[in-house]
Amino acid sequence: MSPPPPTFDFDGQAIPFRPGQSVGAALLAAGIRSWRTTRVGGRPRGMFCGIGVCFDCLVIVDGQPNQRACLVPARAETDVRRQEGSGHGNLS
Amino acid sequence: MAISRDSSADARVDVLVLGAGPAGLAAATAAVHAGARVTVVDAGPTPGGQYWRHPPGSSPPGIGQHPTTRVYRMLAETVRARTRYLSGHDVWAVERDDDGFAAHTVHEGAEVTVHARRLVLATGAHDRSLPFPGWDLPGVYSAGGAQSLWKGHRVTIGPRVAVGGTGPFLLPVAADLAAHGARVVGVFEANHPRSWSRHLPAVTSSVGTFLRGAGHVATLSRHRVRPRVRHAVVAAHGDDHVEAVTVVRLTPEWTVVPGSSRVVECDAVAVGWGFTPRLELPLALGCTTRLGADGSLVVRVDDHQATDVTGVYAAGEVCGVGGAALAVVEGELAGLAAAGARAVPDRDRLARLLGRRAQLRRFAQAIHEVYPVRPGWLSWLRPDTLVCRCEEVTVATVTNAVHELGATDARSVKLLTRAGMGWCQGRMCGTGVAALAGAEAGTAATPHAFAERPVATPIPLGLLGRVEKPPLQPGPAPVPSHNRKDRPL
Repeated sequence: MSPPPPTFDFDGQAIPFRPGQSVGAALLAAGIRSWRTTRVGGRPRGMFCGIGVCFDCLVIVDGQPNQRACLVPARAETDVRRQEGSGHGNLS
Repeated sequence: MAISRDSSADARVDVLVLGAGPAGLAAATAAVHAGARVTVVDAGPTPGGQYWRHPPGSSPPGIGQHPTTRVYRMLAETVRARTRYLSGHDVWAVERDDDGFAAHTVHEGAEVTVHARRLVLATGAHDRSLPFPGWDLPGVYSAGGAQSLWKGHRVTIGPRVAVGGTGPFLLPVAADLAAHGARVVGVFEANHPRSWSRHLPAVTSSVGTFLRGAGHVATLSRHRVRPRVRHAVVAAHGDDHVEAVTVVRLTPEWTVVPGSSRVVECDAVAVGWGFTPRLELPLALGCTTRLGADGSLVVRVDDHQATDVTGVYAAGEVCGVGGAALAVVEGELAGLAAAGARAVPDRDRLARLLGRRAQLRRFAQAIHEVYPVRPGWLSWLRPDTLVCRCEEVTVATVTNAVHELGATDARSVKLLTRAGMGWCQGRMCGTGVAALAGAEAGTAATPHAFAERPVATPIPLGLLGRVEKPPLQPGPAPVPSHNRKDRPL
């Protein structure tokens, strides 16, 4: 029997990932399609271009907002959180 | 975030290759074999670029079956063993210095500057996107995005997927999804490949590519998917994510055939309209561009892949989208020339490469002629359709900028509406905004309006403060050469 896959924390939920996967790919594999809201319309967004060009998949990683989920490699110690608007709401 | 200059990276090399896709790997390999000291800088975690993307610790998909996988293995082994290969390095600026060029990169938050006497630009392309109602819903992906999620991460974009757009790339995207567990509810090609009959010489010289296309069709057929031509996904529906798409039949100019509209349920949709070359670095260096056969801005190069900036070579999709096989040939030419091999030419090898390049360019040209973006797509837009995803600018805001505020082209629309000023810097909306602005204002679309970006990738602001002389002075303004009569590609 193979050991259970490693997981990272997404707003309190354990998300399994395969080594080499991005945070965004692991979220998508777990059935989560969006993890931020837009600044103007508050609309949900997830991945679009998948290669770091479109910046739609922004997410808070280890306290840093505006990280591209499609590029950030998933690691067991990574703390991932949904992002609201600009991601700097804690500063206002 | 730690920001430091990696002084160990400052040793000057002969050739610096930017990009480790098919063109960059081929250029680096050719330059090494010609005796040059070579550094390769790439943003990705593994060599291969988008075409040979694969998860770290594995091999590119289809290893042992795909004819180019053998090529990949040979090139990647050479690059790993015989060049300084810097993965995970984002190039944010490149400039001329006293004895060649300096490339400024960010690697895990720290600045790494690499110097070289000559440059090979092999920065590739990204998907060309067009706006349509609902394209901002989670569950809509660019075709390349869907492909990269499978190739690089072994994730399919949803259990039920629609694939749409134009171009032969849609077939491998759909075939990979179908072969790996997704139910492909339809493949909708907006053009009609019937016009291939006008390009028989180009086709017969590239039989291998055609057979691969046939293989994808066979894969889809096994999963009971029959691609539909002159069809398009023209809207995505759902509250917080995609639940269905509207599919229509198209006229030859891509307006909707009345009464042909139907709604197809799905969880995800992958849409691609060709590719846009990544020109930030060539433009920053002042390389002359021209309008390619697919309407994209591309770098002008000579027989040796030299740009008109001394010491700067370009290869692959930046010189005109043409696929991996062409990129490898162009890369080899560029690597040889950048290594100084032009002085001691192996004439047989050069002739063979030039012949192959001409043949592959003819094939690329034929593809662009069979699968263009036709103007009718503009009729699919609604006033509330988002054009710019980042700044959430609607069609109505753009048309208002033209008709009420007096904008006459894409650049003035951008300044008045913020379309193209957000995170992606117009990489996603540039084609759409340029076409919409041109159509509304009655002027020609201006693809270069969004192409110049002094900072090629977002960087921490503190990093700029640490750089002694920020390299933000662009080279001489590129000549918009879309009105020249050069033969594209």
